[in-house]
Amino acid sequence: MTELPLIGEAVAVAAHPRLAGAKIGVVTFPGTLDDRDAARAVRLAGATPVELWHAGTTLGDVDAVVIPGGFSYGDYLRAGAIARFAPLMSKIIDAANSDAKLPVLGICNGFQILTESHLLPGSMIKNDHLKFMCRDQVLRVENNTTAWTGDYAAGQEITVPLKNQDGQYIADEKTLDALEAEGRVVFRYVGFNPNGSRRDIAGISNAAGNVVGLMPHPEHAVEAGFGPEIGSGTEGLGFFTSVLNKIVGDNK
Amino acid sequence: MPRIVVDVMPKPEILDPQGKAIVGALPRLGFTAFSSVRQGKRFELTVDGEVTEEILAQARDAAETLLSNPVIEDVVNVEVVEA
Repeated sequence: MTELPLIGEAVAVAAHPRLAGAKIGVVTFPGTLDDRDAARAVRLAGATPVELWHAGTTLGDVDAVVIPGGFSYGDYLRAGAIARFAPLMSKIIDAANSDAKLPVLGICNGFQILTESHLLPGSMIKNDHLKFMCRDQVLRVENNTTAWTGDYAAGQEITVPLKNQDGQYIADEKTLDALEAEGRVVFRYVGFNPNGSRRDIAGISNAAGNVVGLMPHPEHAVEAGFGPEIGSGTEGLGFFTSVLNKIVGDNK
Repeated sequence: MPRIVVDVMPKPEILDPQGKAIVGALPRLGFTAFSSVRQGKRFELTVDGEVTEEILAQARDAAETLLSNPVIEDVVNVEVVEA
């Protein structure tokens, strides 16, 4: 994971001398697809990615963890259901719930793993139109106070790729009302709901704001020329710079 | 060898997109009597030897923790089937 960007400069947006020392773990399960892209996003944001294998039993000294997208265990049983019981997941669950509140970001299949782990409420079922969908998706940042969204403005609209088949977020009405009341709907789809998710919800957080999950893929919108053609194409980089600023801020 | 059968269904209040697709396909084949379809899952757990109460309790526990997601699914049946 030491490759340089194909085009452009690997400049940290939130450049800080201590950022390069920040270590962000990227988990790989059998069937994970986007771990390399997530690691690259971490590097482009200015930090050091650390490969974490699902069968591992320690998180080492990572400052945050990304659970990337893909089809862990072939999506057998339910998306994320088997990955949730991988040895490393119990370490992640404990660290996320600890006083240290380890920042955890789940993207797509990673979001599904976080709901199966009960770190986040609700669940994902098949898209209402039953088809796999891949498109550039506009999202509104509804909460910019989480560990992963601090570099965005509240209400800011960003465009990142979306690609999923089991992306329809559902929860009972009571849970949805509580999420809204507590400001835990972090991202909402704008203009078009691509999967039938309740209340256009694209991403949510836990009560403390350190655990965030979303279906769209910020790690695919971090490098000019390779991201969406709408907007700057790098509007996902803020996830990774946000958590770095959070880590550096906490360590002041 | 005996098997423990576990049946899991999507919760009634949850729209079942797969069932909806199936009910749409049935009339195209001339099966016009069915107004709704819901698709669930059947698991068969094989036991080496006798199914004791303890083993059946394990199966129920597994059904609730791994085989189903209580947010979207119900375990509707756990039963022993002799081979």
